[in-house]
Amino acid sequence: MTLAQLKKGEIGIILDVNTDEVPLKLLEMGCLPGNVVTLVQVAPFGCPLYFTINDSHVAIRLETAKEIEIELHNKLR
Amino acid sequence: MLNKIIKVALIGNPNTGKTSVFNHLTGLRQQVGNYPGITVEKKIGTCKLSDNSKAIILDLPGTYSLNASSIDENVAVELLLNKKDINFPDVAVVVAEVENLKRNLLLFTQIKDLEIPTILVINMSDRMKSKGIDFDIDHLERELKTKIALVSSRKNIGIDYLKTLILTYKTLSIKPCLNASSIDEIYFDKLRHAFPNQLLYKLWLVITQDVNFLNLERNEIKNNFTKSKADLKKLQQKETIKRYQFINDTLKIGQIIDASKATDLRSKLDRVLTHKVFGYVIFFGILMLIFQSIFDWSTIPMDFIDSTFADFASYAKNNLPKGELTNLISEGIIPGIGGIVLFVPQIAFLFLFISILEESGYMSRVVFLMDKAMRKYGLSGKSIVPLISGTACAIPAIMGTRNIENWKERLITILVTPFTTCSARLPVYAILISLIIPEKKALGIFSYQGITLMVLYLLGFGMALLSAFILNKILKFNTKTYFVVEMPNYKLPLLKNIGINVLEKTKSFVFDAGKIILAISIILWFLGSHGPGKDFKNAQKIVENDIYLQKLPLNPDAISNKVSEYKLEHSYIGIIGKTIEPVIKPLGYDWKIGIAVVSSFAAREVFVGTLATIYSVGNNTKEDTTIKNKMKEEVRPDGKMVFNTATGISLLLFYAFAMQCVSTLAIVKKETNSWKWPLMQLLIMSGFAYLVAFVAYQILK
Repeated sequence: MTLAQLKKGEIGIILDVNTDEVPLKLLEMGCLPGNVVTLVQVAPFGCPLYFTINDSHVAIRLETAKEIEIELHNKLR
Repeated sequence: MLNKIIKVALIGNPNTGKTSVFNHLTGLRQQVGNYPGITVEKKIGTCKLSDNSKAIILDLPGTYSLNASSIDENVAVELLLNKKDINFPDVAVVVAEVENLKRNLLLFTQIKDLEIPTILVINMSDRMKSKGIDFDIDHLERELKTKIALVSSRKNIGIDYLKTLILTYKTLSIKPCLNASSIDEIYFDKLRHAFPNQLLYKLWLVITQDVNFLNLERNEIKNNFTKSKADLKKLQQKETIKRYQFINDTLKIGQIIDASKATDLRSKLDRVLTHKVFGYVIFFGILMLIFQSIFDWSTIPMDFIDSTFADFASYAKNNLPKGELTNLISEGIIPGIGGIVLFVPQIAFLFLFISILEESGYMSRVVFLMDKAMRKYGLSGKSIVPLISGTACAIPAIMGTRNIENWKERLITILVTPFTTCSARLPVYAILISLIIPEKKALGIFSYQGITLMVLYLLGFGMALLSAFILNKILKFNTKTYFVVEMPNYKLPLLKNIGINVLEKTKSFVFDAGKIILAISIILWFLGSHGPGKDFKNAQKIVENDIYLQKLPLNPDAISNKVSEYKLEHSYIGIIGKTIEPVIKPLGYDWKIGIAVVSSFAAREVFVGTLATIYSVGNNTKEDTTIKNKMKEEVRPDGKMVFNTATGISLLLFYAFAMQCVSTLAIVKKETNSWKWPLMQLLIMSGFAYLVAFVAYQILK
């Protein structure tokens, strides 16, 4: 599944990042394979999405979230 | 005796409190300027370290890494790569913060790779207890090969220790933290052999981005060591992973987190402030509060300033020796300057609110809330910041569009931002509103004048959105949309930061505008008190003759008023005004207003100062009346007020839409790198303004 499918409050682990579509800045904020990601808040009408990744708090748009492969990991909660 | 000067560069991620550290080190001994050729703000300050040494501190624009993605970030990178730059630091101070140390250290390890002596500041250390965070400083210093200062700029802790570290920078290790070249050893070995005298990491930065670095070599490096863009990005990802591995290993021992202690204020506030209903309600409530207060709270100091300048002008007129120079001072310079000082309270309030919104971390939540809605208009959520700060001034707002990653969204934001009601429109609005809208209150709280002002702000904002919508349909660009916004921690704004910010911004507004206004008032005064031909020279005789012929029973005061009126009409400025009158008459303006409109083409706020000057020259008797009263007393030939409702509304609408600001045009040219866009702005905005003002006047008259 991708980051775009995560529901509010759910936790996932990043498996793969499509570097062609995801900006370097996001990688530098910690959006890298192996890191834990939590969906904190969804803006009205479903976009953008507000995540906690690697202790960073970032908002990205739906289409970027679709380029990030994750594994659901709710046990971490 | 000062004999030692240490050059320091402050560098760090946005939202780490870097500016607070800078303010603590330098106090008010700071200068704000621009980097040559570009519009990035350059802040330099000095700091006394000991009896015989001081530091020159350069506050570099905030950046997440040395992989620059904007002009602002590029400034930091270029400086650190260029040893010959006069600002090249003896020592770099990287500012990190307690809660985001992991991410902050990414930039730190990159700077260490440049082999510059580097100090690590961990800011906001006062939050450690409440967040359950502790550090093993010895371990961190050993692994990161640096010295660490735990600083709280809020509580003023650790600044003295930081100064000591700066003073002893020569003892710092310049070894890198890790060996990043292991991500592709063959490639980096080749690079090392080709350029044995250069730092490997520098070469790598030159290959991956467009930084100025010994131009000759740059081409050579790029040609021989080129890789596809995708390959380079994969390598950059590998490099980032590698750095984080090192950082995670270091923090495993060096940082102790007790998660149970962490208070959850942040998520509680986020739940409310980014809520799909309350979020918007709060946002619009805050906007309402801002506009209401600008109009209501600032009237007292404004009335005071207005009457003080009027008194001052009459004092100068009565007490200085009579002559041309005195006339220039009392009729040209003082009213002109008064016209701008008058609006300092309102502008200071505006800057105050905007810096509070930005400092507290709230602005990012607004970006988050508004992104989807703004995208419908071809804008980004990030456009909301320029559109709001455009209410202070379009120039910093347009510069602030740089963090919008997508070019089309950025261009549209730049093009529509001048529609938002900037503080230079405020003087014009304020004086016109006070003339044409009664001083009554609706429901006992909302003043009609405040509401009118709010409507004008909404009008500007609505116009910005509408034109963005149209531009979005017309402009065709194929660029990828990137949108990455950090949601910083909520912070209580620091009084010192806000104070310095408001002071700096207001000062530069007054002085920048002041210079133009001073020059224009002198020119206007000259043109208004000199004229060609006999009509001007013999004004006294002609008017007296007229009065005699018509047998008008006039007292000496009224006669001398008539004389000055006649003189003004036949002065240079009168002739210019009369020439352009046919163009502006359909909008309901007489030739005096026409002069003010034309002279305020350079900057809108000149309008009030110009009228003040023109009416001072044309009025001999009442030197001590305020600008507002002078405008009230202006009558048309038929005896009706000049500033009636129709003319007032027409003027308000004209200033709402017209592109009356040369500085903005210049900035747009700089930021878009073409004359096409500013010229388009000028023609379309001013053309539209003329049309709307025309229609409004014709309907209302």
